[in-house]
Amino acid sequence: MKLPWGAATPLLLAALAGTTWASSAHNTDPQSNTNATNGTEGNSGLTSLPIVTWKWHHVEQPYLMALWVLVCWLCKLVFELNHKLTATIPESALLIFIGFVLGGMIWGADKAQTFTLTPVTFFYYLLPQIILDAGYFMPNKLFFGNMGAILTYAILGTVWNAVTVGLSLWGVYLGGIMGDLKINLLEFMLFGSLLSAVDPVAVLAVFEEVHVNEVLFILVFGESLLNDGVTVVLYNVCDAFVTLGADRINAVEIIKGIVSFLVVAFGGALVGVVFAVLLSLLTRCTKNIQIIEPGFIFVVSYLSYLTAEMLSLSSILAITFCGVCCQKYVNANMAESSVTTVRYAMKVFANGSETIIFVFLGISAIDPEIWVWNTAFILLTLVFVLVYRIIGVFALTWILNRFRLIPLEIIDQVVLSYGGLRGAVAYALAFMLDGNKVREKNLMISTTLIVVYFTVVLQGVTMKPLVNWLKVKRTSKTEVSLIEKLQNRAFDHILIAIEDISGQIGHNYMREKWNKFEEKWLRPILMKSSARKKQDQLFNVFHQLNLKDAMSYVTEGERCGSLAFVRSENNVNLDFKKKLASDISDIMPDINSDSSDTGPYTIPMTCIMQDNVPTVCLDVEEDMRGKSMRDTENINTHHVLQMHLYKARKQHRHRYSRKEMGLNKDENEVQEIFQRTMRNRLESFKSTKMGVTQSKKIKPAKKDQIPNGKHKTHSFEDADFSDDNVFSSDFAGGVASGGGGPTRLSIRSGGGIENPAFMPDVDHASPLHTPPWSAVVDDGVAPSQRAQVQLPWSPSNASRLTPLRISTRSNDSFILADRPTAQGEQPPPSQPKSTPK
Amino acid sequence: MGSSNSTLSKIPNLGRLIEETGFTPAHIKRLYKRFQALDKGNKGYLSPQDFGSVKELATNPIGDRIIGAFFSQGQETVDFHSFVRILAHFRPLDKNRAKRPDSPEPINSRISKLRFAFQLYDQDNDGKISRDELLQVLRTMLEMQVTEEQLESIADRTIQEADLDGDNAISFDEFRKVNADTFLRIPSPVTPSQITVWLIVL
Repeated sequence: MKLPWGAATPLLLAALAGTTWASSAHNTDPQSNTNATNGTEGNSGLTSLPIVTWKWHHVEQPYLMALWVLVCWLCKLVFELNHKLTATIPESALLIFIGFVLGGMIWGADKAQTFTLTPVTFFYYLLPQIILDAGYFMPNKLFFGNMGAILTYAILGTVWNAVTVGLSLWGVYLGGIMGDLKINLLEFMLFGSLLSAVDPVAVLAVFEEVHVNEVLFILVFGESLLNDGVTVVLYNVCDAFVTLGADRINAVEIIKGIVSFLVVAFGGALVGVVFAVLLSLLTRCTKNIQIIEPGFIFVVSYLSYLTAEMLSLSSILAITFCGVCCQKYVNANMAESSVTTVRYAMKVFANGSETIIFVFLGISAIDPEIWVWNTAFILLTLVFVLVYRIIGVFALTWILNRFRLIPLEIIDQVVLSYGGLRGAVAYALAFMLDGNKVREKNLMISTTLIVVYFTVVLQGVTMKPLVNWLKVKRTSKTEVSLIEKLQNRAFDHILIAIEDISGQIGHNYMREKWNKFEEKWLRPILMKSSARKKQDQLFNVFHQLNLKDAMSYVTEGERCGSLAFVRSENNVNLDFKKKLASDISDIMPDINSDSSDTGPYTIPMTCIMQDNVPTVCLDVEEDMRGKSMRDTENINTHHVLQMHLYKARKQHRHRYSRKEMGLNKDENEVQEIFQRTMRNRLESFKSTKMGVTQSKKIKPAKKDQIPNGKHKTHSFEDADFSDDNVFSSDFAGGVASGGGGPTRLSIRSGGGIENPAFMPDVDHASPLHTPPWSAVVDDGVAPSQRAQVQLPWSPSNASRLTPLRISTRSNDSFILADRPTAQGEQPPPSQPKSTPK
Repeated sequence: MGSSNSTLSKIPNLGRLIEETGFTPAHIKRLYKRFQALDKGNKGYLSPQDFGSVKELATNPIGDRIIGAFFSQGQETVDFHSFVRILAHFRPLDKNRAKRPDSPEPINSRISKLRFAFQLYDQDNDGKISRDELLQVLRTMLEMQVTEEQLESIADRTIQEADLDGDNAISFDEFRKVNADTFLRIPSPVTPSQITVWLIVL
């Protein structure tokens, strides 16, 4: 592991040096730039047509931005090569160190710090996505359950920090230890307030790696998010006071300050809630244009941030509450794939800006201009920040513990105090100080930086050993299990009932009231009706578990069985034909469009995962219905079927469309092709099919009709296009012709394991056993897009398509939910391991 | 203080009750008032109808079962002692619970809590949650839109998760193991004056 790290560093540095030099060439040498500009843009000097011109100037800004992101991510990539390193030193600290190095290089090249983290960049482009990410993934129950404690820490704790640090520094200053500084009391208070806030970015970065128990985590994290309102107000008030001057401050101004705090904090939260409602309503209406759904989340949340900023309310609170409030409805309203997209995109953004912030925190330090050293001031600030944090936490916890059912233990309090990390918010606020009013601005910036480095690096590094040493309760990673969910639900009911009986109005009582209210008023407005139906958590867990099983089944099958059933000689394939009759058209286009030789079987699991949800959903009811008939062959069959659906479907992604993912609705264009191929196929099927027991189970509109025992053999009629006779006849023809000479896929049909379980009553000798899709390939027919449209997404088709049954005793029971649309609310199953080997 | 004493003096065997349940006299007093309020007609005991008058219970999907838990088998009444004893299951765990290993299992111990929950499922008291029993609970706890077949499937799967000995039912031991470390409940601020009803299993 050492090697790649060692090898990659010089590479990285070299890449970086390139950037630096390029930028320095530009920045330090304006003349050369103007020359360049003249050379490229001034037409007068043009003697002949230039084939290419050097236009660095044109792309400079975005180019540098992109390069920075790239460089920051490369740093991260390099760290991750060495797990031992990241296990001991938190990433945030490493990134700061990298920042030092990069900053040194820039400074060496430019003799000035040309890149610094400016407050505008930080607050408008880097911070929002981190906070949104935090809010959007906030465990709501935990958050609101501990709201009292969080608010106590966030408000009282922060004010306490600000006031005590400010006053103590002032006191020491009066004592004369710091020497001659041009700082008055108000400026000390201003400094105290900008240092008061625990930083969400830093806290997240450290605590995400430590895995303390969730209550502790939510306390630190919730505090760091919510104390922003306090900090910003304190900062603004102190800033205003500094501007006003000490003599103009009276009781009225102070009361105004308090009122301003309330307005800023609650106003910010309110803005967030309003935008969350707006967002939920918007996602209700995006059914027809799902591709932009994820975009709404980001844009509307960002707008909430900017709106709050515009109204001078707390923008962090706004975007936090926007995320917290909308998550439930948005996730239920959006399609599954959009939910996944949002989830990943949000992580990418958040992670990206977090990385950039830390790197730039490091870079900013390498600037001799800002460094003003005053040992007493800096050291004392550090000491006060730490000490008052500890005192504050212990005092507040002592009060809180009198009201908490489960008191916070001493160990928790230690971690809580030690987790008071300061970060980029403090730095940005210090940077924003007005140098004209605050004469010692640079001293404050350097002190803030020192405090940030100290907390992020030293406390960050020692946090893990401390947590280990104190034996802080960790989160136990438990697998979701149905019984657990059921149990939790039962306990909720029990607790509510007991509170009712004993006549007390407790936490559970309030929560129940809120749930009732939410169900009655909010959900009908904010949630799609189809999504509302699927809100049952228990059922969701069931669904997810089954999805997971399905995934592992596929992985397993691909790993050891090499998809034996897919390749098995005749029976299985024939089986497919029947079952997939309607499905085929779905597969065909993919195979067709997939000209490379990878075939449909080498698709990474992630793709499958994203696609499989709707498919699987479709099947639930069928599955349940057929329960009485379940037997292993059936299960196998259905697994096979499922696999085919996954693989086929995911290939839609190869088709490019800006509006749709995988669905092409242009029917007219392909109808003719479709008919041609289908006709052949159907004919051939009919001829072979007669002897096969037929099951009517999958016929649409007859959901409850359970066929005779032979489910596994869904005859072709089941899957026929009964609602569309033209197609059924077309289909038959297609198969007949297709049976003749499939080229590529015939290999597959020949090479597999024979599995008689699948289709006992099919004539093995029939030449028609070639998979139908192979026929299509052979024909070179264009993708049948019509089928694509029709197939998995329309409920009637779905029920025919995937007659799924579950063996409840089997580990790989598939879950099915007969709701092809609005698969919004379930988070996708946990990320599959990787592509099958 | 006077009124407090007079209320308490009406409760027979107060000392034993306190010792047995761990409630403070203030809790007991408060519960006694609640008991009297529920006891329509001052019978000195509660009948299932008395519980029925708590209207929130009617909307609780497993309200009936919880009411049922207050009545020992075959009985139609519950007196104050039993009432308090049942509620004592929901006291938080005592911090110093490990101190006296020789003392009998306190009512609010983890095991007792789980047993209480277990008995809500196990309606026929045979020490196992059978598939049918689980189905009944599921039926009440899942909302309408889940079909019977789905219910059965969920029930089967649930049993499968917990069932270690393969008898297609969940015994208390299995139940306990499954729930070993799963529910670490969120502490909520509850004022000390309230009876701290909380089913903490830490």
